Amino acid sequence: MVQQVSTFLRREFRFLHKPLNPWSRLLLLAAAVTIAASIFFPLWKMHLVAPQYSDGLDLYIFSYKIQGGGLNGQHLNEINGLNHYIGMKPIQEADFLEMRWMPFVFGLIILMTLRSVVFGEMSNVVDLFAIYSYFGSFSIASFWYRLYTYGHSLDPHAPVHIKAFTPRLIGVEQIANFREHSFPQAGAYLLCLSVLLIVLAGWFSRKEQSA
Amino acid sequence: MKTTKKYWIALAIGVIATGFTGCGKSSSTSQGDRTANALATYVAPGEKDEYYLFYSGGHSGQVFVAGLPSLRHISTIPVFAPYPGTGYGFDEASKKMLGGFAWGDMHHPALSQTDSKYDGRWLFVNDVANNRIARIDLRDFKTHQILGPIPNSMGNHGSSFVTENTEYILCATRFSVPLPKGRVADPKDYEKEFNGMVSGIKVDPQTGEMKVGWQILTPPFDWDLGSTGKGPSSGWAFWTNYNTAMAHDVLEANATQKDRDLCAIVNWRAAAQAVADGKAQMMDGVPIIDPAKVPGILYFVPIGKSPHGFDVDPTGKWVVAGGKLQPATTVLNFEKVQAAINNKTFEGNFRGVPILKYEAVVEGEVPVGLGPLHTQYDGKGFAYTSMFIDSCIVKWKLPPWSGEEKKDLNKVVLDKVQTHFATGHLVVAGSDTKNPYGKWLVAMNKLSAGRHINVGPAEPESSQLIDISGDKMKMVAEAYTEPEPHFAQILKVSEIQPAEVYPKDENKDPNAVWDKAQTGVTRNGNQVVAKLTAIRSRFTPDRIDAQVGDTLTIYLTNIEQTRDMIHGFGIVENNINITVDPGETKTMKLKLTKTGVFPFYCTNFCSALHQEMQGYLVVWKTGEGPANPAPAGATAQR
Ligand SMILES: [Cu+2]
Repeated sequence: MVQQVSTFLRREFRFLHKPLNPWSRLLLLAAAVTIAASIFFPLWKMHLVAPQYSDGLDLYIFSYKIQGGGLNGQHLNEINGLNHYIGMKPIQEADFLEMRWMPFVFGLIILMTLRSVVFGEMSNVVDLFAIYSYFGSFSIASFWYRLYTYGHSLDPHAPVHIKAFTPRLIGVEQIANFREHSFPQAGAYLLCLSVLLIVLAGWFSRKEQSA
Repeated sequence: MKTTKKYWIALAIGVIATGFTGCGKSSSTSQGDRTANALATYVAPGEKDEYYLFYSGGHSGQVFVAGLPSLRHISTIPVFAPYPGTGYGFDEASKKMLGGFAWGDMHHPALSQTDSKYDGRWLFVNDVANNRIARIDLRDFKTHQILGPIPNSMGNHGSSFVTENTEYILCATRFSVPLPKGRVADPKDYEKEFNGMVSGIKVDPQTGEMKVGWQILTPPFDWDLGSTGKGPSSGWAFWTNYNTAMAHDVLEANATQKDRDLCAIVNWRAAAQAVADGKAQMMDGVPIIDPAKVPGILYFVPIGKSPHGFDVDPTGKWVVAGGKLQPATTVLNFEKVQAAINNKTFEGNFRGVPILKYEAVVEGEVPVGLGPLHTQYDGKGFAYTSMFIDSCIVKWKLPPWSGEEKKDLNKVVLDKVQTHFATGHLVVAGSDTKNPYGKWLVAMNKLSAGRHINVGPAEPESSQLIDISGDKMKMVAEAYTEPEPHFAQILKVSEIQPAEVYPKDENKDPNAVWDKAQTGVTRNGNQVVAKLTAIRSRFTPDRIDAQVGDTLTIYLTNIEQTRDMIHGFGIVENNINITVDPGETKTMKLKLTKTGVFPFYCTNFCSALHQEMQGYLVVWKTGEGPANPAPAGATAQR
């Protein structure tokens, strides 16, 4: 038993100290670039369609800002204007605290990725993967909680009374006269790609001899 | 004189049988054509027209915008008369533009041009009755300036004719009066004491702002219609005249005795230069050129008979006058006009102004039929003339003509299509540019005489859409228009991009307010100022306190930025109603004379809670009521 545990640990220890081959390093570099690129694209988009808004109202969520569609981001004002009828709080960037620290975390992860490229040890990749996963799940959960809060703190004095609700995170649903489409966008896909690249980086160096 | 007599007999028959002579075409449409016509003009729900049609509204004072090919009325642009539908004439800015007049007689809309092509910037319209010119900006389809009454100008009918690059809008007077205006003389001394005028209205090339540039004094002729030159006739303008006799009473008979009337050929560029050279004298603040003293500016040409339209073709070489009381159009060759001027081929002069020898400048008289008025062009060498008495449109071929054709000009008359009835103006898409769109012709008929469902004795006018893309003209649709289109302009929809809303950052009104903190009611002596916002579905503030004897100024900003989210603002029993478009600020002024609580409400349906969009104007007795009307945003709900 002790023997087995110790073998396992030793193997793990050796695994964590495996060097990364140039392919893995290249993949990690690509992951860093992908994460950086994701900042320039929206992570999520909500698209609201009603008879009199046949072209739809768009809301884009970036890692660091909220952007309405239309001229000068007018769609955000319009969505807030409409939401006031059901007593929903105006959606405004200032309320999204996470948008302040997101770019910082992105920077941190990019640095960790570059660290793996430079030091080239399997342990770096594992650290990176662990932190990245944690951050990713936390962000999604926090985003869902945002949606929940917006839908569950409706002003009881509003002109129109509706039951508290949580707008859908992914998919299509009908809210009053609006059909809401909520789907991840290029930014989110880039982040998924970066995760894949990190996993592949580990995979390609799994058979390297430890130093 | 034999032909004249025959003509008068024909005229009499024509008048009796209004619209049923001459064309000899059945007005019924065969079943096969019905389907083709319906498809040609059908604009399915959700689809859009290809052209704008800007109709003048005559004595309604407004411009009507229709779409082609559907011929549907789409919107009304108020210009010379109040229009509660858009609040025009109720807010301070539009009231000021109207200048106290409640109507105008709008005749000839003209799109601005650059290089003799529509540039899609402005639409100019004239007011015959009150001697004004207005400019509509095609960015928002609204009236932005009304110039006038123009000094020394009476009966601004012979306008608004835009020059090749919109340097000027040229106008000529239909009436003559003793000048300057305000001077009185006995109409019996008409010939001696009365005068007409040609005016050059200068247009600022950047802003479109108009001002009176200069004027040319003319004999007391009644200038009728005209057009501006291009190509070989660049720098020139043309007007017909129906009162060479200078009659001052019973014009119907006294002004129609001559076989030919003296029409005007004006070198407007030379006129502008003469003014710059100091050759003008001031009258009522305007530099006036006396064409007898400054040669080279005005020439006369005799044209039969009581001619109406005088239209330059797209090449600028041919100028066609509609004979009205002569069954022919007269085609002038501008190159010959130029030669006659250079060689002084004159047949005399009138009050010092040379009269060009008719035979030296005319290319031919085309026997189009009875009552030819206006001519339009398709840019492919064809002309289309409206026939008032014959009630039809005649298609004919412009010169150059073959020897055969010259011998018998009946041969250049190619096609006639009956209209219903008594066509006045007609418009071919882009006719007054150097590259007409062609394709569509709209006949604006003076009589509809029961073509429509019976709406009682006040009958509308009729407009008919004619497809001119083939060899034969084809009448495809008919619609009824409010009184009373005199001429129209057709513009391709794809050539302009009007605004959908007024962007917030372009609102330069110093009294615009965009959020609650800036709103409120303040008092200074007996001046009460209320700054309000409108957004679905509330006014902020929704209470205004004031007193009898106060002057209340309300600045209302529609803070919406979504298209078609228009709000209205009506105050009951106070004769106030305005509308504010998204991003727009309007100013209202009221002198408060009676106590009471006057509800105000949104008059332009905006939202499901539009009915709830209301508030109160509380007018207390003098010295009563709250000392401070309302601090910023105070009366807003929350
Ligand atoms: Cu409203």
